[in-house]
Amino acid sequence: MLVDKSTVLHIANLAKIEVPDGDLENLASELSHILGWVEQLNEVNTDDVIPMCSGVASMQLRLRQDKISEENQQSDVLSNAPDSRDGFFAVPKVLE
Amino acid sequence: MSKLEGKTWTWETVIGLEIHAQITTKSKLFSGASTKFGALPNTQVTLVDVAMPGMLPVLNEMAVEQIVRTGLAINAEINLYSVFDRKNYFYPDLPQGYQISQFSDPIVGKGEIEIKMDDGEKRGVGITRIHLEQDAGKSIHDMDPSFTYVDLNRSGVPLMEIVSEPDLRSSAEAAAYVRKIRAILQYIGSCDGNMERGNLRCDVNVSVRRKGDPLGTRCEIKNVNSIRFLKQAIDYEANRQLNIIENGDKVTQETRLFDSVTGKTRSMRSKEEAHDYRYFPDPDLLPLQLKKSYVDRLSAELPELPDQKLLRFVNELGLSLDVAEEFVFEKEKADYFEPIATGRDAKLVANMVRKDVFGYANFHSINISDVPVTPQKYGELIDLIVEGDINNRIASEIFILMAKTGKDAEVIVQEKGLRQLSDTNELEVVIEKVIEVSEKQVAQYKNGNQKIIGWFVGQIMQKTKGQANPKVVNALLRKKLN
Repeated sequence: MLVDKSTVLHIANLAKIEVPDGDLENLASELSHILGWVEQLNEVNTDDVIPMCSGVASMQLRLRQDKISEENQQSDVLSNAPDSRDGFFAVPKVLE
Repeated sequence: MSKLEGKTWTWETVIGLEIHAQITTKSKLFSGASTKFGALPNTQVTLVDVAMPGMLPVLNEMAVEQIVRTGLAINAEINLYSVFDRKNYFYPDLPQGYQISQFSDPIVGKGEIEIKMDDGEKRGVGITRIHLEQDAGKSIHDMDPSFTYVDLNRSGVPLMEIVSEPDLRSSAEAAAYVRKIRAILQYIGSCDGNMERGNLRCDVNVSVRRKGDPLGTRCEIKNVNSIRFLKQAIDYEANRQLNIIENGDKVTQETRLFDSVTGKTRSMRSKEEAHDYRYFPDPDLLPLQLKKSYVDRLSAELPELPDQKLLRFVNELGLSLDVAEEFVFEKEKADYFEPIATGRDAKLVANMVRKDVFGYANFHSINISDVPVTPQKYGELIDLIVEGDINNRIASEIFILMAKTGKDAEVIVQEKGLRQLSDTNELEVVIEKVIEVSEKQVAQYKNGNQKIIGWFVGQIMQKTKGQANPKVVNALLRKKLN
């Protein structure tokens, strides 16, 4: 198997997702199958091919001028936050 | 401290630096929010900066221009093709859950700057790369007992990360390197170099080894924000590692923090997951492609760099190397000095501004640009010295009055009657009076004591309230005494 239980747990931790122990085996198997399927791409020889980072290689990255185009929108910015105080986002204490 | 003396060997400290420099722009790297310092929390935040779903980043062309100019100023390769990557990690002040940075294809490649090393020799320090990235927001942990407060004004502000090779061998060399980089950034205007505000901060990699051995295990000290702390942190860390090794233990590779109160470094709580950044190309941004003509134009438009100015100050203005270095590497000083020195006696100007203006700024703990006497007005004061109207000592007194009252030098001279006495007849009267009552000293002079002449000058200065022209006094005095 390409992905074992401990790798699934590691990925879950990185993604901040809680995965019940009972699901680990099944997930490891599913992820392994997906990776195995994608592995087929390795059969193509890409030695002299520059990696393409987007699907629109013919287009150029657009740049903007260095201008302040947006003003204070503190209330909008904070409106979806579960908690905010004195103009700050308030989150559970980070340090112990 | 360049050599690390152990119990049985002389050890060598090896240092490499990552400098994070805030790029001087009006707006953020990928949004149109202001980057101005000191605003109320979350008032310079757009929906892009809080990573609302569907928002897309659009790259700021000025940030690109500034990093390219920085690369050119350190003789680095400019990569015409570069890629933005996502560096993934989880923290409350990073709403995207990733930082947009550059990993495999940075915009600036290998470069080099020259610094004066501990042995007095000038040598190159390799620069590995410079890449563009976003700054994170600010977490404040001490405003509430149970909450961390988050301000995202800094989120998305453009940074350039300047990575050096492990080419430095002491804290003094590391300090010289940072000073040089800071000066270059300030001269081309790509970063203001303000370390107190965190606009320039360093992560320092330190390891020790026996000379000639392969590199030892390194520790990274995070977020050092002054040159003094940089030196303290390196010296402490090198000695800590040396003690570990000499006691037969091994240095553990880890991230450490410098505590400026104790002068020590300490281990950050271990975050084993933290270094799994899972970089991948940001699908929201196409690769950045630059034209060679664009790079050539920026190269041609670069202003005078610190090394060039240093040469000019020494060769053309005749300043000593020490004074020239002081002015060049503290740009504020060069900025004040240069317009005054142009067309005047540069050495005289250098001596006077150091004593008066820089002394004043130091005494009042203010920036030189905040000294209330402008270079133009100070230049007029220098002119009064050159024309023989006042001497250097009186000039310094007038400077203080200028700073206090805002009046011009000429006006103060008129009001206080400070014009120097150069009139031979008037001075002769004073000199004769002094000689009359100083039989003993005259006798000493006749017996060959040349030094006593200084005593006479002092007496005459006292009688004229310091306004006598010392040159004229000296000449007259010798004539009378002989």
